[in-house]
Amino acid sequence: MMRVLVCVKRVPAPGSRINITDDEQDVDTAHLGFTTSPHEECALEEAVQIVEREGGEVVVLTVGPAEAEEQLRYAASVGGTSFVLVPTDGTALDPQRTASIITQAVNESESEGGQFDLILFGNESADSAGFQVGVRVAHALGRPMVNGIKGIEVGESTFTAQRAIDGGLEVYEVPRPAVLGILEGINLPRYPTMKGRLASRKAVIGEAPIDSDAGGLRRVRLHRPEETVSQTIMLPTEAAAAATAVVDLLEELGVMGGES
Amino acid sequence: MTVLVIAEHDRGEVPIATFEALTAARTLAASMDDTVEVVALGDESAQIAPDLALHGAEVVHTIMSPVLSDYGPEAYAEAVVALVNAISPSAVVASGTSRGNEVLAGVAARLDVAFAANVVAAEKSAGGFSVTRQQWGGSLLEDVDLDARVAVLSFAHHSIEPTEAPAAGTVSTFNVDLPDELARTVIKDRTVTSAGVTLATAPVVVSGGRGMGNAEAFAMLEELAELLGGRVGCSRAVTNNGWRNHSDQVGQTGTRIAPEVYLACGISGATQHWVGAMGSKNVIAINTDAEANLVTKAGHAVIADLHEIVPAIIEEVKKRQG
Ligand SMILES: Cc1cc2nc3c(=O)[nH]c(=O)nc-3n(C[C@H](O)[C@H](O)[C@H](O)COP(=O)(O)OP(=O)(O)OC[C@H]3O[C@@H](n4cnc5c(N)ncnc54)[C@H](O)[C@@H]3O)c2cc1C
Repeated sequence: MMRVLVCVKRVPAPGSRINITDDEQDVDTAHLGFTTSPHEECALEEAVQIVEREGGEVVVLTVGPAEAEEQLRYAASVGGTSFVLVPTDGTALDPQRTASIITQAVNESESEGGQFDLILFGNESADSAGFQVGVRVAHALGRPMVNGIKGIEVGESTFTAQRAIDGGLEVYEVPRPAVLGILEGINLPRYPTMKGRLASRKAVIGEAPIDSDAGGLRRVRLHRPEETVSQTIMLPTEAAAAATAVVDLLEELGVMGGES
Repeated sequence: MTVLVIAEHDRGEVPIATFEALTAARTLAASMDDTVEVVALGDESAQIAPDLALHGAEVVHTIMSPVLSDYGPEAYAEAVVALVNAISPSAVVASGTSRGNEVLAGVAARLDVAFAANVVAAEKSAGGFSVTRQQWGGSLLEDVDLDARVAVLSFAHHSIEPTEAPAAGTVSTFNVDLPDELARTVIKDRTVTSAGVTLATAPVVVSGGRGMGNAEAFAMLEELAELLGGRVGCSRAVTNNGWRNHSDQVGQTGTRIAPEVYLACGISGATQHWVGAMGSKNVIAINTDAEANLVTKAGHAVIADLHEIVPAIIEEVKKRQG
């Protein structure tokens, strides 16, 4: 039996351009949908698959606005078993504060339901990309943590975790209980089934009012990097003429050799 | 004071990212009249010192320990923290690589100070540091005030051109006893999944998006990539549909590429895709929609059905290659 915790973040899903609010404090989400940060979506799927094999439960935790209930209900539809929302007022928290809140939430949950064998984070959040909350929580709990994980095997007293590097994998063997940061691609997350949608409607969302002091990073403003505007040259649209133009270009750029 | 740079190395091989970090560290140090010193960990640390000196290290602190025999995030963080406590630098920096960010997060957690990841600009301010960092994989920038007794920063990988600036590179051995327990997160083994050219290093990437229509259509991209000595890439819409493996995905949550030529077929060019592809030297888009973001970002575009254009390109390449 395994008790697994997955920490997820609600993030907006912008398209061809990210717009910023007039006060420059946030992404303008007026016309945007929201989603679970992709690495965490995969972390959740991994937790569900582990518990399907080993038995146990998947607790899903989010620190976020009341609307983040949407991401917890989604988690319920794809196999999560219990759900905790630590409500914020919706403004972005700095990573030290988020980590401290999650550490407290873990301690509370463990004092009631027992120790988590495994705690999963996303490698980094899709929006603020601080690359640290999981590491800070693991350190506060005194547990081992490795980031960038694309494969987990559950052993008797350890987890064998594979970390993706260009062209290969590094293998780590961490003792239980452990904390791992997951990368998208470890699995292909399932879509909610009919049964899942029902479970989602019935799911009870626990609220844990926890807060902590601000850390040492304070947002001044958001802005967009300078964009390189390119004058797109339109090539012919008829197939043979287009092919001639494209291959002329490939020749000009010296990539027709075929050697790799 | 000192700006302390953490040198990455894989069994003695220093990645270009570390030289980027050293280059950025020199600018930061110069603005504060600080010196640049480097910490190198493990058995190969003395052997890499000359390369670090060439890029501006006045001092190379080497730390040896059985738990530093290979990379391990906890052992690395503990070792760096011991040195930080001994020499009290004004800043501890590294490159914003997977390892760099992981070690700095561990360092900041242990020192109980802030950490700013993927920084593109940093300077001393009255109350601490003024820092500009990347969010959304680089599609967005955030200016932050960093308030800490030591600034912990990673410099965004690929955002600075590394340059040489020969310095003394005096090797100084730092002795610290690291607990055996730290071995729990040290690399145990490695496996090679693809030798040679990878998506990240390929000179040509032929990529397909939702406009491909199905998994089978990728056979023609495979053929074209093969002819050009390149690799096949794809968008997240494609991996989500199960048409391609995630290892082919280009973008914020996939692979960052920097080929000579990026040929994007049926990809709209969402911000999260574009941040992975914008390092390409030349972009050619094939798309039915002239307004697609990728078309406006491309140097050249064919506004037509990719199912007609790609086979014609393959024919033409074969003809000219003889
Ligand atoms: C947090 C987050 C992270 C993300 N990370 C990534 C990432 O790493 N990589 C990534 O790619 N996406 C990522 N996405 C998803 C991204 O937002 C887009 O949804 C995705 O890139 C769209 O893929 P697409 O361009 O293939 O599909 P679409 O946006 O549907 O575009 C399809 C394109 O094909 C064209 N087309 C259709 N038929 C034809 C035809 N016959 N011939 C020629 N053209 C045709 C259409 O005109 C259109 O432009 C992420 C999203 C989020 C929220």
